[in-house]
Amino acid sequence: MDISVINPILLVAALMGAATPILLAATGELVVERAGVLNLGVEGMMIIGAICGFAVAVETGSPLTGFVAAAIGGAALSLVFAFLTQVTLANQVASGLALTLFGLGLSALLGQSYVGVKPPKFDDLDLGALGEIPVLGPILFSHDIVLYFALALVAAVWLVLRFTRFGLLLRAVGENHDAAHALGYKVVRLRVLAIMFGGACAGVGGAYISLVRVPQWTEGMTAGVGWIALALVVFASWKPWRVLLGAYLFGGITQLQLNLQGAGVAIPVEYLAMSPYLITILVLVILSADKSAAPASLGRSFHASN
Amino acid sequence: MKLTTFMTGAAVALGLATSGIAADKTKVGFVYVGPVGDGGWTYEHNEGRLAVEEAFGDKVETVFVENVAEGPDSERVMTQMALNGADLIFTTSFGYMDPTINVAAKFPNVKFEHATGYKTADNVSVYSARFYEGRAIQGHIAGKMTKSNIVGYIGSFPIPEVIRGINSAFIHARKVNPDVQFKIVWAYTWFDPAKEADAAKVLIEQGADVVLQHTDSTAPQAAAQKAGNVITFGQASDMAQYGPLPRVSSIIDNWAPYYIERTKAVMDGTWTTSNRWDGISAGMVGIGEISSAVPADVKAEALALRDAIANGSYHPFTGPLKKQDGSDWLAAGEVADDGTLAGMSFYVEGIEGDIPQ
Repeated sequence: MDISVINPILLVAALMGAATPILLAATGELVVERAGVLNLGVEGMMIIGAICGFAVAVETGSPLTGFVAAAIGGAALSLVFAFLTQVTLANQVASGLALTLFGLGLSALLGQSYVGVKPPKFDDLDLGALGEIPVLGPILFSHDIVLYFALALVAAVWLVLRFTRFGLLLRAVGENHDAAHALGYKVVRLRVLAIMFGGACAGVGGAYISLVRVPQWTEGMTAGVGWIALALVVFASWKPWRVLLGAYLFGGITQLQLNLQGAGVAIPVEYLAMSPYLITILVLVILSADKSAAPASLGRSFHASN
Repeated sequence: MKLTTFMTGAAVALGLATSGIAADKTKVGFVYVGPVGDGGWTYEHNEGRLAVEEAFGDKVETVFVENVAEGPDSERVMTQMALNGADLIFTTSFGYMDPTINVAAKFPNVKFEHATGYKTADNVSVYSARFYEGRAIQGHIAGKMTKSNIVGYIGSFPIPEVIRGINSAFIHARKVNPDVQFKIVWAYTWFDPAKEADAAKVLIEQGADVVLQHTDSTAPQAAAQKAGNVITFGQASDMAQYGPLPRVSSIIDNWAPYYIERTKAVMDGTWTTSNRWDGISAGMVGIGEISSAVPADVKAEALALRDAIANGSYHPFTGPLKKQDGSDWLAAGEVADDGTLAGMSFYVEGIEGDIPQ
């Protein structure tokens, strides 16, 4: 065993990359759930984003265009869910699960001609002298723009939810849609917007896997990340900064356990393999001891006639 | 994922129910652990299925279910296939072993073929390929080409098939390079591109300049390509799109002849339980084109090794060999028997680390 082969700077830099898809998807889902909608289709929207982003990036040669396409693809798929649950008042749990299955199948179909294709290279942002700073440089200033975007998104979501009128409205709709409706706010319209936002975030998260993390297209390549993002939102008590903490913990321990295995540490591999899930859940459960409750209208259908 | 497979299973059931039962057609089912588009393991099994269709045309009907989780879920998929009139079912992953035995007991008239396992019954055969023969050639090239003397190995699950591959690669890497070390990371998955890519990146960060994989996707190839100066080998499928670098060669599984032969046996009523384990000589294991990135002399040695294994003059597990704990395993000139190889649960001398229990 030789722990010294693990480079802590590379480890931290790697964990930020590993956490980004989860972070993006979870942030989007957080907004959806704060608006009172439970969308279990995160995995489906992510994989659709992964293939849309991949295909467009390959066709246009521009990864950034790919990310935009991924956002559009994810949002478009989420509109199916929005139609089912907000217009026809279908059950949200069933509709969300159907969305995941549909997304997995549709993405496999769309991706048939993209198996084995190499995407254009997505370069890290060149921050000049900042990247030269010892230790901090490689950790903070050596990433691609989407990673910074994900961080900015968490801050923006927190700001909007906490300090703006729009955020208050969104929360009102999530806590008590009847009251919000009685006050004259458009419950369904707000929820559809939130669902589309969630879809776009999940799409970008999926594209981050197919364009940056792996980078290639294979069927089913999101491999359950969407479900982890969903669970993370609950364990993070619907709070943006806790989602960030949870995502980084999960990404970090995933990376660390692979590093420890490579270094030959004498901890049984099974414990290492389960540690990301265990530790993330444990930390967030302890944090949620402040009795943060779920949005009161979460998962309930709304119709003006009720 | 479980729900996905449930739904695919249900969809297949519906499809079969509506297609009616064509009496004279032989129906062959395939259970896959990953998607047919994985570019590796499942892709090659599906090529085998297509070859069966090609060979028998109208006389055969094939069905498959992909992304079937190992364990109880697969039992349901197999049961469904058997209920829908499959005559022969190929279950193509190690983790389907007990489910296959359980389902086979309930359907004595349906023939089952389980890949890479070791449990047989009156209507259950097992088949596998001697992948370790290909691993020997990979080990040779890896030992010759590594500059850092660190070879990374992405394991899937600590089962005999995978351990055999690690040992075979290690023995032949050490033979040509006494300083070589193996770093082994267990991914605990057959197919998860993001995790496989992570494992490859970690191994590369820790100094490996050769990455061997025993997982099914091409993600480690992509990760190696991005890192540069790292060589890899295609796993299960040629993965030629990643040549000439990082992919310098590959092990290609060729199941088509076996699948055709066994389907024919069911048609003729001559099917009996068997335990097939073929290698390079029978064509079940193919060695992919050795790319231009490999020096000519190393390539010639690798090809000579392949030919020696193919004509039977050399066995990759030939003594003197010791186990990891230093105890004797094979005396000089002694060759490992198939029983030991099939149940292999120990590392050979020189590999560091423990096999997860």
